[in-house]
Amino acid sequence: MNTQVKSETLSTGRTMRPERGARLLSKQAPLLTLLSFLLAWELGCRLGEVPEYLLPAPSAILAAFTDVDAMRWLGHLWSTLRVALLGFLISIAVSLPLAIGMVRSSYLSRTLYPALVVVQSTPIVAVAPLIIVILGTGDAPRILITCLISFFPIVVAATTGMMSTPPELIELSRSLRARGSREIWQIRLPYAVPHLFSGLKVAITLSIIGAVVAEFVAAEQGLGYFVQFSTSYFKIPQAFAGLFFLSAVSLLLFRLVQLIQKRLFPWSLLETRQH
Amino acid sequence: MKPFVSFEQISQVFSRPDGSSLMALKDVSFDIGRHEFVAVVGPSGCGKSTLLRLLSGLLMPTRGQVTLFGQPVTEPRDEVGIVFQKPTLLPWLNALENVVFPVRHKTGRVARADYERARELIAMVGLGDFCDRMPGELSGGMQQRLGIARALLLDPDVLLMDEPFSALDALSREEMGFELLRIWNERPKTVLFITHSITEAVLLSDRVLVMSERPGTLVSNIAIDLPRPRTVASIQEKRFHEYSSQIRDLIYRPHHAA
Repeated sequence: MNTQVKSETLSTGRTMRPERGARLLSKQAPLLTLLSFLLAWELGCRLGEVPEYLLPAPSAILAAFTDVDAMRWLGHLWSTLRVALLGFLISIAVSLPLAIGMVRSSYLSRTLYPALVVVQSTPIVAVAPLIIVILGTGDAPRILITCLISFFPIVVAATTGMMSTPPELIELSRSLRARGSREIWQIRLPYAVPHLFSGLKVAITLSIIGAVVAEFVAAEQGLGYFVQFSTSYFKIPQAFAGLFFLSAVSLLLFRLVQLIQKRLFPWSLLETRQH
Repeated sequence: MKPFVSFEQISQVFSRPDGSSLMALKDVSFDIGRHEFVAVVGPSGCGKSTLLRLLSGLLMPTRGQVTLFGQPVTEPRDEVGIVFQKPTLLPWLNALENVVFPVRHKTGRVARADYERARELIAMVGLGDFCDRMPGELSGGMQQRLGIARALLLDPDVLLMDEPFSALDALSREEMGFELLRIWNERPKTVLFITHSITEAVLLSDRVLVMSERPGTLVSNIAIDLPRPRTVASIQEKRFHEYSSQIRDLIYRPHHAA
C-alpha cells in the first residue's frame, strides 16, 4: 500500500503535489463533513418547518443541552460511566483467564467455547429484565448486563491473538524447557496485544450500550434513563441532547483505549517486517 | 567411542488430520563430528527440517534413535541452539532484550553477566550500535543476525539452522553466509545447517548430506574438501563447481525405480 503511494508520487513528480490549501482541506475533511451535515440539518429543519417533536434542529438540541443543569448532567454521566467502566473492567478480568484457559487446554476450548457462543447469541436486551428481577435494582445487575454484552469480543480477540503466535516461538519456548506459564506471559499474551486492543475498542463501546440497556429496563439515574425519560415526556430536543452526550462519551472512551495502546504498547502499532 | 552426534536408522511417520499417515523419513543414518559443519540439501518436503527437530529434542523419532554426546536425545537441552527460518524476534523487546530472552524465559531472571554476554554476541554479529533498536526498525538480515546471537546466548555445543537465510535477498544471503563462517571460526560449534541452496551448502560446510524426495532417505554423504577460510574466491574454484554439479545431479536423478 505504502510503496504504491510512493511510486505514484515518484512517477507523477512535482505536478501532482497538492498545494497547501488543498492539503489542509483534505486533512480537515472529516470535520468539514460533520459541519456540513449539521448545517444541512439546521437548514432543512428551518426551511421545511419540521416540528420540534419530530426532528429538532441542532440549535434547538444545543439549547436543550444548556437548559439542563450541569450538576444534573454530571449525575447522569457518573451513573452511566460507573456501570460501563466497571462492566468493562470486569469483562477484561473474566475474559483474559478464559482465553488463557482455552489456549492452554483444548478440552476447555472444546467445552467452553460453544457455551460462550450461546451466551453471545442470546439477545441480552431480552434477558435484561430477568436479570433485574433476579438481582434487584442496584448497580450489580446493570454491571452484569454490561459484562454479558461486552465480554465476547475480548475473549475472541485474546484467544485469536494468542493462537496466532508464530510456531517457531513456541518451539523456542519448548526447546528451553520453560514453564508453561512463561510461554503465556512472556510470549503468547504480549503477542496478543494488537489483537486484544481491537477487541477492547469494540468492547468499550459495547459496554456503554450495555449500561444504557440496563438503564432502559430499570433505573432512576443515567444518560440512558435520561433519554428514555425525556422521550416519554415528549422533550425531544432534550432526548437528542442526551443521545449526543452519550455518543460523545462513547467516542471519548474509544479514544482513551487507543491512547492507552499508544502509550503502553507503542510497538504494537509498528508494522514488523518479519511476517 | 561414540560419535558426537549420531542419527541411527531414523524413520519418521506423521499422522495427518484425516487419519492417514505420512512417512517423512525412511531409515536415515549418519554421524556428525565435533565442530563439524554439516549441510543438508534436498527437495522441499523431504524431511530436512524433521532431522533438525529430532536433534533438538522437540520431536521423537518413530523408529531409530538420535544420540548427542553418546546419549539418546529424549528432550530439548541447553547444549542445542536453534536458528529458525524466520528470525521470529519478539516485537515488544529491543535487540538486547531479544538476545537475552532465552535466559529470561528459562530462568525468569537476567543477571548482569547475561546482559554482558548478549552485548558481546550482538557486537560479534556486527550490530553493536543497535542494542536499543526494536525489531520493527531493523532489516531482515539484521533481524536474522540477532536470531543467531540469541541462539548462541546459552553457548550451545550444537547449532541447528533451519534455512536461516532463505527469507533474505540474494546479496544479503551471501553476505550472511560469510558472516556465519566468521562466527563459526570465532566460536567453533557443531552445525547442522538445513538449506535448499546447493551453492550455500557447498560454500559453508565440511560435508553435504543429499536427501531424496519423500519419504526422505539419505542419497549421498559428500565431504567437501575445499580449503578454509572460504571466501568469494572459493566460489570460482573448479572443485566448487564439481561439487555443486555432483549434488545437483544427485537431487534431480530419479531415485525410485517407479
